[in-house]
Amino acid sequence: MNRRLTPKQRLSQGVISILAIAIGLFFVLPLLWYVFAPFNPTPSLGVELPATWSLANFVKVMSNSVAMRGLPNSLLISGSVMVLAAGFSTLAAYGLSRGNLPGRNMITYVLILFSSVVTGTASMVPIFVLIYNLGMYDTYQGIILTMAGGALPTSIFILSDFVDGIPRSYEEAALVSGARPYQVFRDIVVPTLRPGILVTGILAFVGAWGSFLLPLILLRNPNYQPASITIYQFYGQEGNPNIPAVAAYAVLYTLPVLLLYLLINWRYGFRFYGGIKQ
Amino acid sequence: MLLADLIREVVMAGGVLKGQPILSRRISIAFISPSAVLIMLFLIYPFFSIISMSFTNYSLTGIHANNPDFIGFKNYSDLFAPDKWMNRGEFGASLLLSAQFVVGSALIGQAGLGMLIALIFRGKSGFLRQTVYLLAILAWIMPDVVIAFAWFAFLDPFSGTLNNILGALGLGKPDWLLRYPLLSVVVFNTWRGTAFSMLLFTSALGSIPPSYLETADVLGASMWQKFRDILFPLLRTTIATDLILITMWTFNTFTPYLLTNGGPGYRTDLVAIYTYRIGLKNLEFGRGSAVAVVAMIINLCLASVYLVVSRRKRPQ
Repeated sequence: MNRRLTPKQRLSQGVISILAIAIGLFFVLPLLWYVFAPFNPTPSLGVELPATWSLANFVKVMSNSVAMRGLPNSLLISGSVMVLAAGFSTLAAYGLSRGNLPGRNMITYVLILFSSVVTGTASMVPIFVLIYNLGMYDTYQGIILTMAGGALPTSIFILSDFVDGIPRSYEEAALVSGARPYQVFRDIVVPTLRPGILVTGILAFVGAWGSFLLPLILLRNPNYQPASITIYQFYGQEGNPNIPAVAAYAVLYTLPVLLLYLLINWRYGFRFYGGIKQ
Repeated sequence: MLLADLIREVVMAGGVLKGQPILSRRISIAFISPSAVLIMLFLIYPFFSIISMSFTNYSLTGIHANNPDFIGFKNYSDLFAPDKWMNRGEFGASLLLSAQFVVGSALIGQAGLGMLIALIFRGKSGFLRQTVYLLAILAWIMPDVVIAFAWFAFLDPFSGTLNNILGALGLGKPDWLLRYPLLSVVVFNTWRGTAFSMLLFTSALGSIPPSYLETADVLGASMWQKFRDILFPLLRTTIATDLILITMWTFNTFTPYLLTNGGPGYRTDLVAIYTYRIGLKNLEFGRGSAVAVVAMIINLCLASVYLVVSRRKRPQ
């Protein structure tokens, strides 16, 4: 359909195009620095083409063993949170959906309410005291369990939608044929729920990976700290950053999140979940 | 293989166990219990713990470290002490800053910009759309500390990208974080969080039949008329949902701390940062808990509105 545009329409088309470009610039400009600075041996805080492209910053960063430990620490913490959150929430969503429990909707509502009320810095004081009293201050277990607990309500909420979308007849048939509940869960429910489990797992992983506040208050030993904290190894006593090192380390730290994003984008397209029905 | 065949046969024969729950009560409790334990520990317990702690003078240092006393509403009356609560670095000032921060960066910034992007690129594809969506999502998912440093560099008064551009245009080079700290974190948080509203509005707009707008085009309606008379009424619940969720997230976000440390001179001392400062930096658990209780009451109000709105949507 090729309509002739009136001058007024052409003007509004022009305004829209300019607006679109301005929005693009707004989002790209703050990130542009990370395209060049990590590969520039002498970067400033401004965006500039490196005189020579090099990996020297990365080599320098890799010689800081405390900072480098942050990356496997992040992997361990976020990976455990992912497994716990995805595993437990799959079990719980299934139990809630197929179980014989009164007031199931009530439970879900109360859960959402609590998770959106007890959040952010508000819950940090009692969590710190709790972890301290449980003897889990400065341990992997403390931070992993806390993060998994925080991720669970959302995970259960998302997965409940997925479970409700699965027809019950397969499970009923398997039960009638003499399968045990755990066999039904393992052989029918988990395979059907795989996309949902993957999404909740990735969400929990990305959330844990980026988390700064919890590791800041629950871990003190630099050998246990994740990358979100060990990046401050490259800050001096007065808080002034070692610019080339921060740039390179930030790239290493961000890479896994970018790869996960590409995975989701390639596999499903990035959009809202919750309504995927079989 | 055998099991699968059996299942297929029974499914074909029609449903069985109709209306009965698949799991017995005992087994479903077993399925739920691992989550229940963690949620009890890290969600329910903290909730009640904050409330009871807020009536004590519990702290990790000082004379009340081991034996906190019950002090009634003293923490609360201190927070709201009329003679000083609006002073810089006090609770009232934090509430006011957070209100400005939420209005600026969530309601106007994220929701406004998200809607604008969704409208501009409605029904379009192509390089510019893909790029804007990719960048907004990147800004949303990248780790806090990485993003904060990107903005620290971007806003640097001497060599930062923003001032390089403004300088080239002859517009001056202010020290943004020093002179306009609140505006800086408002724009920062808009940039950081717009993706959510953008994606939500995009999917909501995508579900509106194009014929509605084509009719309006034939009648020669302007952009604004189309938005006001067709899109807005259809999107009303989506917009309400979006506003409440981003208000809650923005009110609770701690990320601006990484950019400004709450300063300079408490000028970005948002409620989340104030809570952190009192409770976890000064380790005054009692007073910090009282702040947290007030924050939780605000959250509770927002969450209740959200539940009412999202429930009303169901019957449609």
